[in-house]
Amino acid sequence: MSLLLLLILSMVLLAIGVYAIVASRQEGGSRRVYGTTLVVCGVLLTLALTHLLAGHEPITISLPLGLPWLGAHFRLDALAACFLVVVNLGGTIASLFAWNYGQHEQTPERVLPFFPAFLAGMNLVVLADDAFVFLFAWEFMSLSSWALVMAHHQDPANARAGYLYLVMACFGTLALLLAFGLLAGPGGGYDFATIRAGTVNPGSAALILVLALLGAGSKAGLVPLHVWLPLAHPAAPSHVSALMSGVMTKVAVYGFIRITFDLLRGPVEWWSGGLVLALGGISAVLGVLYALMQQDLKRLLAYSTVENVGIIFIGLGLTLAFQANQMYSSAALALTAALFHVFNHSLFKSLLFLGSGAVLTATGERDMERLGGLIHPMPWTALAFLIGAVAISALPPLNGFVSEWLIFQAILISPELSQWLLKFLVPAVGALLALSAALSAACFVKAFGITFLGRPRSPAAAGAKEMDRCSLTALFVLATLCLLAGVLPGLVVDGLAPVVGLLNGGAQLTTQHSQPWLTLVPVVDVKSSYNGLLVLLFIVLSGTVVAFLIQRLASDRVRRGPAWDCGFPDASPATQYTAGSFAQPIRRVFGSIVFQARERVTMPPPGDLGPARLEIELRDPVWERGYVPIAHAVVAASTRFNYLQYLTIRRYLSLIFGALVLLLLGIVLWR
Amino acid sequence: MALITNYLVQGCQMLLVLLLAPLLTGWVRMLKARLLRRRGPSVLQPYRDLFKLLRKEAVLADSASWLFRVVPYLIFAALWVAAALVPTFAGGLLFSWTADLIAIVALLGTARFFLALAGLDVGTSFGGIGSSREMMIASLAEPAMLMMVFTLSLLAGTTELSSVARFMLTAEVGLRVSLGLALLALVIVAIAENARIPVDNPATHLELTMVHEAMVLEYSGRHLALIELSASLKLLLYLSLLGCIFVPWGIATTELNPTAYLIGVGAYLLKLAVGGLLLALFETSIAKMRVFRVDQFLSAALMLGLLGTLLLFVSRSL
Repeated sequence: MSLLLLLILSMVLLAIGVYAIVASRQEGGSRRVYGTTLVVCGVLLTLALTHLLAGHEPITISLPLGLPWLGAHFRLDALAACFLVVVNLGGTIASLFAWNYGQHEQTPERVLPFFPAFLAGMNLVVLADDAFVFLFAWEFMSLSSWALVMAHHQDPANARAGYLYLVMACFGTLALLLAFGLLAGPGGGYDFATIRAGTVNPGSAALILVLALLGAGSKAGLVPLHVWLPLAHPAAPSHVSALMSGVMTKVAVYGFIRITFDLLRGPVEWWSGGLVLALGGISAVLGVLYALMQQDLKRLLAYSTVENVGIIFIGLGLTLAFQANQMYSSAALALTAALFHVFNHSLFKSLLFLGSGAVLTATGERDMERLGGLIHPMPWTALAFLIGAVAISALPPLNGFVSEWLIFQAILISPELSQWLLKFLVPAVGALLALSAALSAACFVKAFGITFLGRPRSPAAAGAKEMDRCSLTALFVLATLCLLAGVLPGLVVDGLAPVVGLLNGGAQLTTQHSQPWLTLVPVVDVKSSYNGLLVLLFIVLSGTVVAFLIQRLASDRVRRGPAWDCGFPDASPATQYTAGSFAQPIRRVFGSIVFQARERVTMPPPGDLGPARLEIELRDPVWERGYVPIAHAVVAASTRFNYLQYLTIRRYLSLIFGALVLLLLGIVLWR
Repeated sequence: MALITNYLVQGCQMLLVLLLAPLLTGWVRMLKARLLRRRGPSVLQPYRDLFKLLRKEAVLADSASWLFRVVPYLIFAALWVAAALVPTFAGGLLFSWTADLIAIVALLGTARFFLALAGLDVGTSFGGIGSSREMMIASLAEPAMLMMVFTLSLLAGTTELSSVARFMLTAEVGLRVSLGLALLALVIVAIAENARIPVDNPATHLELTMVHEAMVLEYSGRHLALIELSASLKLLLYLSLLGCIFVPWGIATTELNPTAYLIGVGAYLLKLAVGGLLLALFETSIAKMRVFRVDQFLSAALMLGLLGTLLLFVSRSL
């Protein structure tokens, strides 16, 4: 019954989208749209959460819609419920934030109708139980988000981002289409129940896995398929960016999990785990290095999504490797870590994107070089953004640390893997993960420090105003959830247990909430444990006691004065460190290898009063080595075949005939 | 009764690290002065400095925010908690399961994160220099440290520090290549993280060489006192870590009676004294590096740590 309700509510979201076409032209229409979306998503969230926590059996339903011989199948199991929670939590918070934020929109008719439709699409992807509904909803999600990316299409950069996104989305769907085709086999059983019951031969299984990785990975932003993401996510309005980065990438991860762990019940080859691990590790480090080089706050956040998706795929790759070796208890740990990071990333990335939206509204700027000092006019936004920054930097006692800690624990129990390649790959990926964690701390010191601390670098930053209560509530709900998931990780792990059991042949982690002091002890005989609650308690306690003692016994006097700065305080805020200069040491250490970073200083000749110029040249290795050659090849091929456009009708008919003969021959030979 | 003893031991350890930290700093400073044939200040000078700073009023820059005032307390609390979780004179601490070695490393990361933010808060060029360099150094030192942790925990079968220390006392450890690599990695990381020569110089205010000192340049009064105390605590923490992992002898683990504790404290003091001496010797015998040589120094630590881990993935006996 609850599944039908979920479907009806998704349809209601679609209906809100249709209504929004009218409402966007009315006074207060934006509030009506976001308000109803908020309520519907809230109900969806509650239903999904109840299903997940109550541990209900999977429910299926088939409706006489869609293809006449197939119908439309839907299913609500633990995995779907888990991702429904992620989708609708993001949807609820984004709608809450947009209640006031959405009113700043200059072209509401380009945003309002697509926002609920986008959410409906994501809900339907997760609920789909046959390939047709899945792909239809997937495309619906892609196209509605494309429309949102193109909301401010007058900007040529946004139009380019939209074009690239469309191309990559088509490519991803194509890969998924082929994957489902292979899964269904020649019999054409496209509903997931039939696919689960059937078996695929190892060769097809490998191909399906690679295709799923391409299809879902291009949507999730896995390197080298990430190129569209840092352009498209920031182009949308900020509450939509939050949904795209925080939630849509998770729906892509869902697609990968559904295909590899649920539908593909055949033998998993160990190398597939290695492949996913390697891609995850590369994405994690490259993503954060790209992020460190950015000046645009929202683009920095988008690149950091690439990093976090990489971390999730490291967890999934470990799971595949363990499952291939029949080590199901270790696989449970890795899978729990990956799912935990899915949940965590949806929280803090939404928080950070909404925070950047607040900055954008208050100052009209996304360029960090023109921001600064926002902690003074916007203390609450700054606090929430700071919590998000600490969480995403994987620092205790917040939630980002817990999921990375779980992945580290999974890596540490992997020397038992029997394949030599994995024995070398797993510790190397561990080092990459450690590197990405440390670099992301640097990245978010930069993001928070340059944007919110220091002195304002432009009049716009100096005249900023704090956000309204409603938007702040949205930020603080997410910040609180980050803190709660960090200090009570055992409860989240227990919540994820049914999902892990479903995908891992019944093996899941031991119950955590019965541990003393809610300590996290993932593997009992290893004894490694972590207790975020006590760490937080100890820090707060010792900090407060010391503060109290010092204020009481020593001194509590404070004097304000000009900055000391080694005796040379300069009045101009231009002397502060900027985003570019903050990243300079890291650019020299890592960027010179990865991006072939070059710095060139042009000094004016003596006597000339013109400014000196520092030029930084970065080359994007993925774009230059991967995409540019492909684009050239496509252009070359299309020029080559251009003459086919100017043939006579006779020639066309003979071409068609030739193609038909070739295809028939192919079928004859294949049979 | 046993529980009360446990609480007592944990409490003693917290107080011990807090009280000993300035002494260790003073000891290293005195040794360095003697090695340079100066008389140098007394060993107790850091305590006097701390008390002097605590009594003074704090001067805040006009552009400093609330974060600038909170950070010293936060850093101090994080480092104190971290230092209290490293076994010093007794293993099996009551709260050792709260945070394992990975969490201790990450806790140090939290402290560094906030200190770097404080460096950016006032909006001066020196603060920025310090923060950006500190994060560059950390971006290599933290993975190197984690790789060292990996090596240890692959050997000991756990990341919980008390169990690691207990394991290192057993006979099955022996001499191992991977442990040697881990020791080297940890020493390099310890030098870098504590802003010692050749990575940074704790005794100068010359802008080209400053990392840590540049970040805390705007601090004064009680805030500076807390930052200084945190820096001392960090040095003590790294020496305790080296002690409890690589020279674990003397730590009270099995027989828990006053004599064992006394022996433990004595051994701990001895370890700190020797560690301080080695540090002073090393620092006086080497020159400061250029900032952009530091990454090579630290990459070596990272590679050593990774090599140690790889060896253990290949064979548990290496």
